[in-house]
Amino acid sequence: MTALIETRGLFYRYPRRGVVLDKVDFALYPGERVALTGANGAGKTTFLHLLVGLKKAKGGEIHAFGELRSEEKHFVEVRARAGFLFQDPDDQLFCPTVLEDVAFGPLNLGKSRDEALQIARETLASLGMDGFEERVTHQLSGGEKRMITLACVLAMNPDVLLLDEPSTALDTEARRRLLNTLKSLPHAMIIISHDDEFLTELETRRVRLSDAKLVEEPIQQTVAVVSETEAA
Amino acid sequence: MPQFLEHSGTSWKGQRLKHTQSLIDSVDPRVRVVAAFFFALVVVSSAQFSVLLIGLGTALVMARLAHLNFKRTLRRVIAMDMFMIFLVIMLPFTTPGEALFELGGFLASKEGLLHACQIALKANAVVLCLLALVGTMSATTLGYAMARLRVPDKLVHLLLFTVRYLDVIGQEYKRMRRAMQARAFVLRTDRHTWRSIGYLVGMLLVRSLERSERIADAMKCRGYNGRFYLMDEMALGHPDFVFIPLCALFLGALTGLNFI
Repeated sequence: MTALIETRGLFYRYPRRGVVLDKVDFALYPGERVALTGANGAGKTTFLHLLVGLKKAKGGEIHAFGELRSEEKHFVEVRARAGFLFQDPDDQLFCPTVLEDVAFGPLNLGKSRDEALQIARETLASLGMDGFEERVTHQLSGGEKRMITLACVLAMNPDVLLLDEPSTALDTEARRRLLNTLKSLPHAMIIISHDDEFLTELETRRVRLSDAKLVEEPIQQTVAVVSETEAA
Repeated sequence: MPQFLEHSGTSWKGQRLKHTQSLIDSVDPRVRVVAAFFFALVVVSSAQFSVLLIGLGTALVMARLAHLNFKRTLRRVIAMDMFMIFLVIMLPFTTPGEALFELGGFLASKEGLLHACQIALKANAVVLCLLALVGTMSATTLGYAMARLRVPDKLVHLLLFTVRYLDVIGQEYKRMRRAMQARAFVLRTDRHTWRSIGYLVGMLLVRSLERSERIADAMKCRGYNGRFYLMDEMALGHPDFVFIPLCALFLGALTGLNFI
């Protein structure tokens, strides 16, 4: 089985923070939900940013979807196929209304206006967010914003989801809803989170970033999760 | 900032102000923007008092037609008047001409007083007309109307992004301000206050900059390539075909009055 995204000897250093990623080898395979943990400032977000080319690696290779990606123009395709969910939903929702925001991605992928709106409506409906189309994005609650950003990402029909602390600042109900939604999705995922319970229910594998190295960690699977992953 | 001077933008952000649909709302946004523009042009370049009075009267009628909330409109008009109140007060004393009265050794001229009145009339007429025609549409609609009127993309994006993030930045400001208050910070006139407010403003700029970078990243992640797509459709309808000739006729007559 070939990896969707693979890094070899990935290296990154900040001018003042120092080395955050030191020769990191990592691979994400189809169907995997990898939990990425680590202390604050360990470089987890940086790692995801490198994968989609928002930051340029100081060394090493990134292979995504079967090709070596090293320049900005290579990453345009990667970003279309790897949906990135940002930490703060406000950074992601910038259009006036929900429908426009969800349709933004498909439009950039070259879909016509009607197709894009159709995709946007379908995606919203599939997440149970129909009826939100005309809502003003900055007036949504935190949980709603999170679900809409997920819709924005899914509307681009990605193969991989990169989730940066998706459950932060959600209340119990919104968190549960997000969790159930993510569990039902077939995508390979990398999930950054400090929410252990959240991760335990989702993860099929866990890696920890500490001292700029990526270390595999055993996962504590609940019975329910085991049977589910086997079924998948 | 005192309540009555609150920025008009604060009530734009929600869009969901209590506003009953009116005759004006049935007119196409583009037509409203263009009409307001030409109205302002005609009124500002007129010098006859009769024209200015008719202009103000028309603006009042339009405000009435647009179902403007009386209190909110008054508040905004006063806010604008505050800007020029000094000009209006100073003008009679600084313009040379026929003396009208004396105040504390300074002579007020008739020409100055008339000029000041003209300026006040013009400004109020234009602002009322803007509030009635343009102020009744949401900021987003205004952005789209401008885009359709071939206003440069960059300006339109600037407006749309401002509308979207004004509230976010405002909340960031309030959060920091509250955090300061929570540590017993009180505004005073001393170095400590000035420095702290300086930090506050500086931090707000830094955070806004960082946020803008994150937004740009997020847009890139969704395949942004420098192009925005407008999602709305605007089409001229029956009310527009009544409004446009009426407007043209009226503005033409108003211009003509100047030469009588």
